[in-house]
Amino acid sequence: MQATPQGGIKPWLLLSPALTALFFLLIIPTAFVAVYSLWLSSATGLATREWTLSNWTSMLADPFYWAILWQTLRIALEGTIGCALMGYPVAYFLARCRLRNKSFLVLLLLLPFWISYIIRTLSWINILGANGLINTLLEALGAIDAPLQMLYNEVAVVLGLIHYLLPFMILNIYVVLEGLDRNIEASAASLGAPPFRVFLEVTLPLSLPGLAAGGLLCFVLGAGTYVTPMILGGPQNAMFATLIYDTIIIQLNWPMGAAMSMLLLMLLGGIVMLYNRFLGLGQIYKSLAG
Amino acid sequence: MNDGLGWRLIRLSTIAVYLFMFLPIVAVVVLSFNPQQFGGFPMEGVSLRWYRELAENQAIRSALSTSLWLGLQTAIISSVIGVLASLALMRFHFRGKQWISTLLVSPILIPEVVLGVALLLFLRWLSVPRSYALLLLGHVLITLPFVVLVVQARLAGLRRDYEEAARSLGANPVQTFFTVTLPLIMPAVLAGMVFAFTISFDDITATLFWKSAGTETVPTQIFAMLRNSISPEINALGSLMIVITISLPLIAGALARRFARG
Repeated sequence: MQATPQGGIKPWLLLSPALTALFFLLIIPTAFVAVYSLWLSSATGLATREWTLSNWTSMLADPFYWAILWQTLRIALEGTIGCALMGYPVAYFLARCRLRNKSFLVLLLLLPFWISYIIRTLSWINILGANGLINTLLEALGAIDAPLQMLYNEVAVVLGLIHYLLPFMILNIYVVLEGLDRNIEASAASLGAPPFRVFLEVTLPLSLPGLAAGGLLCFVLGAGTYVTPMILGGPQNAMFATLIYDTIIIQLNWPMGAAMSMLLLMLLGGIVMLYNRFLGLGQIYKSLAG
Repeated sequence: MNDGLGWRLIRLSTIAVYLFMFLPIVAVVVLSFNPQQFGGFPMEGVSLRWYRELAENQAIRSALSTSLWLGLQTAIISSVIGVLASLALMRFHFRGKQWISTLLVSPILIPEVVLGVALLLFLRWLSVPRSYALLLLGHVLITLPFVVLVVQARLAGLRRDYEEAARSLGANPVQTFFTVTLPLIMPAVLAGMVFAFTISFDDITATLFWKSAGTETVPTQIFAMLRNSISPEINALGSLMIVITISLPLIAGALARRFARG
């Protein structure tokens, strides 16, 4: 579809429903959260309109929040690294293999996007649980007498996150590898570089934009998760989103919950903006459009 | 180079990753046929017991109907808004276009918890209680960016010649839109709708913030049931969801091909 210059008022008419929706559902509410976080909480949780920094100061002074925030970022980072290590070989294989059913394999990668996140998360209980696949197999082999406790710890949470985020990583790397000019690799090889050096010095550096885009997506989505630590983690594996939910829905301390939401948004938003400043978000949107 | 040790390792790890991706999902479907009360491996037979129990469970039936309606209404609203916006972005050059297009897709990169909190607190402040309407508005917000991305990608290949031909043959803009443009962009609209439906149907995090106490969607119902422990019934409900959300794009794809043939 070719674009015509000088659309006049027409594009704005077409955009107006979307912009109205975003204005009232996103922009105003987000600004409102910022204001709310500066209001005093009352006994009922409804803020009284008195300006105060107390939500922020008590949050930032409390080592508990810092510990959970650190834990959140650590789990997200572990998940992202796991995705990169597991996703890169798959993306490379898909981009370089000469199988006839290659497009089917790529399509298969999109399948998890169509399967509910909560189903994919709970599916791990069937594998890691006391009656799960691994324990049953080990018991049948006589390797163990009592089931191993593999759920409700950080490893299970990270595994669940990787399972959820891996397709994003693979697709981002795959898109870049698929678009590389193969002649560059071929000429490096013809100059005598062994395959592994070609990969290390040519292919890998050229595919870094895909790796970075996948990494950003995995990290930001991972750091915001609420459901995965709730299902696969124990009480000690709480993440920042869990804390926000408890503060707002259970304790009804809205101003404090608002301050925590703002902190998470500024932190992750800051990372996204830095990324956008230096690398641009175009790559990510391209991979998401399928 | 495709025969070396390195390549064999890469092939092996690819197979391992595909197993990692799909084995747990296959286990959900397999275990849903487990006749035992406390399902798990090893299975002692195959039965449809849990699917029958699902059909008789009033809470699950109402959650399913809530999810289906919510998904359908979200899909319609979101795709209409999203298609109009995509047309504006694909068809016209205007000031601030780059900025607008970033804004439209920005909710993807904002944690769902924050989207949930923001809309909830804002509407509470306006004294609007948590309700179905809030859930619907919220789902439009989280599906819109994906609709815009997908529809834009689908519109990229569309040429304007047909419309110009219609106009030069004397059709007015409205006639041109309904007889030429709309049929041409129909596959994109359909793709956007299916995508929006699936995202809405599957959403859990923001939905937990927005739903009113009495309302459950299928994912929140599953989440509530998980409080006890995993059961074959949850696996059966999960399998049902998988069938619904995977068959939908296949059906839509078939429909789109019919549209294309005319």
